[in-house]
Amino acid sequence: MAAAVVPKFVGTRVKRREDPRLISGNGTYVDDVKLPGMLSMVILRSPYGHAKINSINVEAARKIPGVVAVVTGEDLKGKLGSLTTAAPAEHIPYHPPLAQGRVRFVGEAVVAAIATDPYKAQDALDAVEIDYDPLPVISDPEKALEDGAPIIHEEFKTNISTRAQVASGDIDGAMRSADRVIKFRLVNQRLAPVPMEPRGAVAQWNQGSGQLTLWSSTQGPHLLRSYLAEILKLPENRMRVIAPEVGGGFGAKLNVYAEEVLAGYLAMTLKHPIKWVERRRENLATNTHGRDQIVYVEAPVKNDGTLLGLKAKFICDAGAYLQLLTPLIPGFSGMMMTGCYKVPAMAFEQLVVFTNKMAPDAYRGAGRPEACYIAERTMDMVALELNLDPAEVRRKNFIPKEAFPAQIPSGLVYDSGDYAAALDKALKIIDYPKLRAEQAEARKQGRYIGIGLCSYVEICGIGPSAMLPPTMKGGGWESATIRMEPDCKVTVLTGVSPHGQGQETSFAQMIADEFGIGIDDVTVLHGDTAIVQYGTGTFGSRGTSVGGAALMMATQKLQAKMKKIASTMMETPPDQIVFHQGTMALASDLSKSIPMQKVVDAAYGYKVPIPGVEPGLNESAFYEPTACTFPFGTHACVVEVDPDTGVVKFLRYVAVDDCGRVINPLLVEGQVHGGIAQGIAQALYEEVIYDENGQLLTATLMDYAVPKAEMLPHYELDSTVTPSPVNPLGIKGVGEAGTIGSTPCVVNAVHDALKPFGIKNLDMPLKPERIWRAIKSARKA
Amino acid sequence: MRVTMTINGQQRSDEVEDRMLLVHYLREVAQLTGTHVGCETSLCGACTVLMNGKAVKSCTVLAAQADGAQITTVEGLAKDGELHPVQEGFWEEHGLQCGFCTPGMLMLATDLLSRNPDPSEADIRHALDGNLCRCTGYQHIINAVQYAARKMRGDARKSA
Repeated sequence: MAAAVVPKFVGTRVKRREDPRLISGNGTYVDDVKLPGMLSMVILRSPYGHAKINSINVEAARKIPGVVAVVTGEDLKGKLGSLTTAAPAEHIPYHPPLAQGRVRFVGEAVVAAIATDPYKAQDALDAVEIDYDPLPVISDPEKALEDGAPIIHEEFKTNISTRAQVASGDIDGAMRSADRVIKFRLVNQRLAPVPMEPRGAVAQWNQGSGQLTLWSSTQGPHLLRSYLAEILKLPENRMRVIAPEVGGGFGAKLNVYAEEVLAGYLAMTLKHPIKWVERRRENLATNTHGRDQIVYVEAPVKNDGTLLGLKAKFICDAGAYLQLLTPLIPGFSGMMMTGCYKVPAMAFEQLVVFTNKMAPDAYRGAGRPEACYIAERTMDMVALELNLDPAEVRRKNFIPKEAFPAQIPSGLVYDSGDYAAALDKALKIIDYPKLRAEQAEARKQGRYIGIGLCSYVEICGIGPSAMLPPTMKGGGWESATIRMEPDCKVTVLTGVSPHGQGQETSFAQMIADEFGIGIDDVTVLHGDTAIVQYGTGTFGSRGTSVGGAALMMATQKLQAKMKKIASTMMETPPDQIVFHQGTMALASDLSKSIPMQKVVDAAYGYKVPIPGVEPGLNESAFYEPTACTFPFGTHACVVEVDPDTGVVKFLRYVAVDDCGRVINPLLVEGQVHGGIAQGIAQALYEEVIYDENGQLLTATLMDYAVPKAEMLPHYELDSTVTPSPVNPLGIKGVGEAGTIGSTPCVVNAVHDALKPFGIKNLDMPLKPERIWRAIKSARKA
Repeated sequence: MRVTMTINGQQRSDEVEDRMLLVHYLREVAQLTGTHVGCETSLCGACTVLMNGKAVKSCTVLAAQADGAQITTVEGLAKDGELHPVQEGFWEEHGLQCGFCTPGMLMLATDLLSRNPDPSEADIRHALDGNLCRCTGYQHIINAVQYAARKMRGDARKSA
């Protein structure tokens, strides 16, 4: 028996290799980057939702000791490109990094001060005088559509940025043949992503080499480089973007922001490294927000609960300027709104509308939580209106497991699924029939218990590049490089840019198994455009399903080469050689082997040339997905509503998720937990509020209710495993599933609890006050 | 003004602006960047350190107020290359993802366990009320604190 048998890692709860540095204070986030001669940048922002800038006086500010520069939009005219969107839209506004002549939302950058430290830069901003003329403000997208509404970008003569219309099947026929058409309005309120690390950027210009290095708290360093290079008018090979340790993103760090442009430009012109670190108020006001869709739903149904179609009109808030993906996100909501259900006909219309607010963009789930909310609130509305059991309505309408791959009306093809299995498992765990009996009993005692269900399906691993807009830089593919180093240790360079997801661990697990080596023999590098080949980045739950597939492709290339070398040394055909416990061995007789190190020595030493094989061991691959993956599951929760206070208390929260094959169950649990927390936050707590003057009322963590530990339940997790046929790993993705499944689940539970009061459709967040008022007016009526 | 304090067992003395926050003193002057700034309003807890053994939000303490104090930061938790049980707990139980709130969480957990060696899940949730995490949904953090509690109680018995 060999002394040290290397265990298999894939599928096991390997603890994270990222953690030792992070639990000891040794992580390097952007704010930890310190360079000689570095100056601090602080930004003065608009206090108005909409105003004309008459004048800016920076003379006093420039005289403060330690202040190096005070810069306005006028100073930058003609020197920089516009911030832009990657998605097509009818009207794309000019978006300068510092406002020119007009501000259009609270928080828009107006003046940048650069000083020897941030305290002095702030002193400079305190001395800036700006004369504004306030203009009429639009903070409600429905009001933006009214005749005579003030126009936010006058050159477009409308507040509609873009519109979309998609229809499939005979929706009018479905309406005519329905027993009932159930109509309701849903609001997916605006949310703030709030990564715990605010954004930040450090820019360093090397005058000699003409090279700009930018450290940014970003989810996609290569995409950021491509867009920034264009705005800064630099060649991409003279620009290096480093995503160091990134303290959460949730979509907000998948963008190109004014401050990154300013830091880069000012480092180049002032010839000093520049650091900008966002404050939390700036984070809440000027990081892209999420959701903010108003949807009018019409659901034609038979009296037995069969859904005949689904029709929706969306009004999507675009904010004042379009950020990278602002016009793209609502498309996912429309395309996925039919959820897990076989729906013969669907139609949706979307208006993307300018308002005097920050632009929404990708936020964990990015369009799919909204889609799921439509599908799952529809299911409960149907059950309520027809007096049917919500579990049975779902079961009746599910796409059956025999139907996969299943094309849905929007044209998307679901890869694999077994929706009933996940529902059944969740119902079994909560003991649904018994729970319904307990609920009935509790109601008799004046207790309001609610049971909520949500059967979700979402789209991940996007995807074939052709699915992305032609105007977007980069594609839907991902890249990987794998190097077997001369000492038999493996270095992986991945194009994804993890910031908490744990691919330094999960990718090492995969590679360790592939080569029969230890997990500590593998190092995974990411997030530096000077080290890693061009990659797309981390978003849309694509890290492992797309990035992992690219890594497997590169690995197979490397293994083929090593087998070729071993075959000459072992005088055996390459296809009979396997990697085993640090050796390369005969598949039929593992005792006939040579140490892997000998093969590596031959490749690097190359003293004996190997015919048809180049020296070195370094392979890259770019994986283009052939299709998307569609994770699914059922969440079930039990809540109790206190009718006197409106407070919602969790009694149970059960999640059954199917994300395909699992590399590391511990990491999957972490993703699901965090996702559920963010979804519950939308259902019960969080809401970005602008008043009618465009003033942001939720600009601190005192006012924006990121949930604390006591506001969240204990999660009970289970799973089903339906491998995806789309990628060689069978992985579907899990980063956003929890967020998507949990919001409707909790909202359905609260409405179920409020059923005795006749309360049918409250908008999120279901804060105590909102519930209490609804109960109060129901009791009056 | 001049401030003198003992940070992770080492005394230092520096000339600082009156308005300098303790967190900036730790990060910029003492070069201990393990303590993070998350909100500057004492709402998120990323900047939590121990001041004379008690958890404080170092973003709302002036360096001047810490004059003469004993400060422990995340860099001071491990001793002689051995992780502190709370560090071990967070690693074992996947109590962190992006890691930004983690130093504050570790210091808060240390403070909690010094007052309550056997906290229930509810005790831990309550104690965490001043520390936000956006990644984990808290459950693995609770497991991590309980792991540390078990380990510290076990070690206490051994040494007794």
